[in-house]
Amino acid sequence: MSEPAFLWSSLAPAIPEISLVVAICAVLLIDVFMGDRRTGLTSTLTLVALAVCAALTVEYGHVMERVVLLNGMYVADELAYVLKLVGFSVVAVVLLYSRRYLVDHGILRGEYYVLALTALLGIFVLVSANSLLTVYLGVELLALSVYAMVAFDRDSGVAAESAMKYFVLGAIASGALLYGMSLLYGLAGTLDLGELTARLASPSSLGVVMGVVFVVVAVAFKLGAVPFHMWLPDVYEGAPTSVTLFIGTVPKIAYFALALRLLAEGLAGMAPEWTQMLAPLAVLTLVVGNVVALVQTNLKRMLAYSTISNVGFIVLGFVAGTPDGYAAALYYTLVYVLVALGSFGVILLASRKGFEADRLEDYKGLYRRDPLLAFAMMLLMFSTAGVPPLVGFWAKLRIFQALWETHHLYLVIIAAAMSVVGAFYYLRVIKLMYFDEPVAAIPPAVGGAGVRLVLGLNAAAVLVLGILPGPLLNLCARVLH
Amino acid sequence: MLIQILFHVFAAILVVSAIGVITTRNPVFSALALVMCFVTSAAIWLLIEAEFLAVVLVLVYVGAVMVLFLFVVMMLDIDLAELRQGFTRFAWLGWITALAVIIEIAGVVWAKGGLGVDVTRGATPLPADYSNTLELGKLLYGRYAYPLELAAMLLLVAIVAAIALTMRHRAGLKKQDVDAQVAVRAADRVRLVKMDPEKRP
Repeated sequence: MSEPAFLWSSLAPAIPEISLVVAICAVLLIDVFMGDRRTGLTSTLTLVALAVCAALTVEYGHVMERVVLLNGMYVADELAYVLKLVGFSVVAVVLLYSRRYLVDHGILRGEYYVLALTALLGIFVLVSANSLLTVYLGVELLALSVYAMVAFDRDSGVAAESAMKYFVLGAIASGALLYGMSLLYGLAGTLDLGELTARLASPSSLGVVMGVVFVVVAVAFKLGAVPFHMWLPDVYEGAPTSVTLFIGTVPKIAYFALALRLLAEGLAGMAPEWTQMLAPLAVLTLVVGNVVALVQTNLKRMLAYSTISNVGFIVLGFVAGTPDGYAAALYYTLVYVLVALGSFGVILLASRKGFEADRLEDYKGLYRRDPLLAFAMMLLMFSTAGVPPLVGFWAKLRIFQALWETHHLYLVIIAAAMSVVGAFYYLRVIKLMYFDEPVAAIPPAVGGAGVRLVLGLNAAAVLVLGILPGPLLNLCARVLH
Repeated sequence: MLIQILFHVFAAILVVSAIGVITTRNPVFSALALVMCFVTSAAIWLLIEAEFLAVVLVLVYVGAVMVLFLFVVMMLDIDLAELRQGFTRFAWLGWITALAVIIEIAGVVWAKGGLGVDVTRGATPLPADYSNTLELGKLLYGRYAYPLELAAMLLLVAIVAAIALTMRHRAGLKKQDVDAQVAVRAADRVRLVKMDPEKRP
């Protein structure tokens, strides 16, 4: 009757979460005792903590096959391992890019780093979730940290407004998610995602389909798919750029995992239903994202609509509903995170005290002021537009292949047409940087050499992965088969 | 039989006080009606032998949350006339929502019936030595230890976020300086002065 809750020795695959929780507590306490004057130390400490956690994960947390732990609530597989390592490195780079911006805006406080780490913990929980309960807790852990980060600049009214919008709409999405989960739980009688797959199969009762509808709505909201995208442009524009960089990159990994664990694994039996629901969402997302981005004058807002259109591609991978489709969606997500990291990084590095560098006209003649930033931005924009041989091209190609194999010809045509529309506004940024005269005298960016080197490597990765796409493609295919 | 009667009595009180929450004009009465709701719900939980939850409901919601709520309601200067303005304008939306929720609940109950689950059956009586608290503790700290820890992290995030967003070090803020308080000595504070006694005139 009384079995032990869990054996400590069996917890090795959960080392990323365990070490991260320890790191969060350590950073929080050390920051409090150091006081306000030594916040620079906290940022260094956070980077060191991330490196240590990542090293521990590589050393002890590598699992070759699926392991289910903690009474079936936690799953460790190669996909989770890869996504967690990506999470560690992306957060580290994000914090590296953000530091000077935070100093300039007077918001370099220890809590910022703590909240970034707790958001990462939420992502890990989601990535390894094997129960509706842990899925929900992961979503909330991530969302709560991010709401606070958006409102972090307390003197900015715009940031407070966008945080409020994000919070209220996010609460509605959480409600939808919970409602859908409660229906599924009530009808299947289990929270375990593996059991859920076994008990729910299409065609199913109306109640189950309704539960699936609410879950799909919540996933679409979190990803930012049209018509649940309203929060995204406002939050991206209103948040401090360093937070925009954060929410534009890392959580995408989590929301990919959310869609995969919930829909592709937990509700695998209901795939005919949810692929039907996702297909119109994907089409709307592609059309609205690309068309509305054309008329934006604010670069952050334009990139927000570009995010929406990219989400459309990720959703298309799920519409295909095959392991190839999921692998394509994973590849697309990773590529998108890499490119978004670079593009928001360029905005961060181009900005300085009193100059946000978030309007498109601020980029006129950037080539003459700062050739490195301009060149990096050019590579990133070409990649998002899907120009070969950059990595964005392969990402789009894989999605098209997966759709082609599942006979979704009309989706391929719409997605291709919308990519052409999208190319216009990406190329416009390049035109502004290289062929236009600067409108006003703006002093050159003063980023540290180290940060600029990382940004250069980030842009170079877009090129290198584009020329040698094999390893990453194979990795994505392997972890999802 | 007795339990059935008790259930119906408590359920009736619960429904009446729930209606009271949204119909009374004074927010303080509203809050008190909500307290009544919680107490009767706790009583209903006792009837299904969920003692721990019943006690926690009274302790946490009535004892802590509602007291806080009452404080806020009493401290804030709420303009009732302004609040009530345009209240009925959206009543139709409320009715539609209520109707939708009722239909949904009925739908779920109906769907459960379809799966062969009897939702009308009451709880089976448990043996006298059964401890609700013990069983709950075993579940929470055994099977659900991982979600419990995650919920704890969630509360930590809430604390950190709330403090980070609201605590400000304004200039001219009066606060305790603990170091100075500890370091103070009697000799620095009280000066004994030798004086000749005054003579009565």
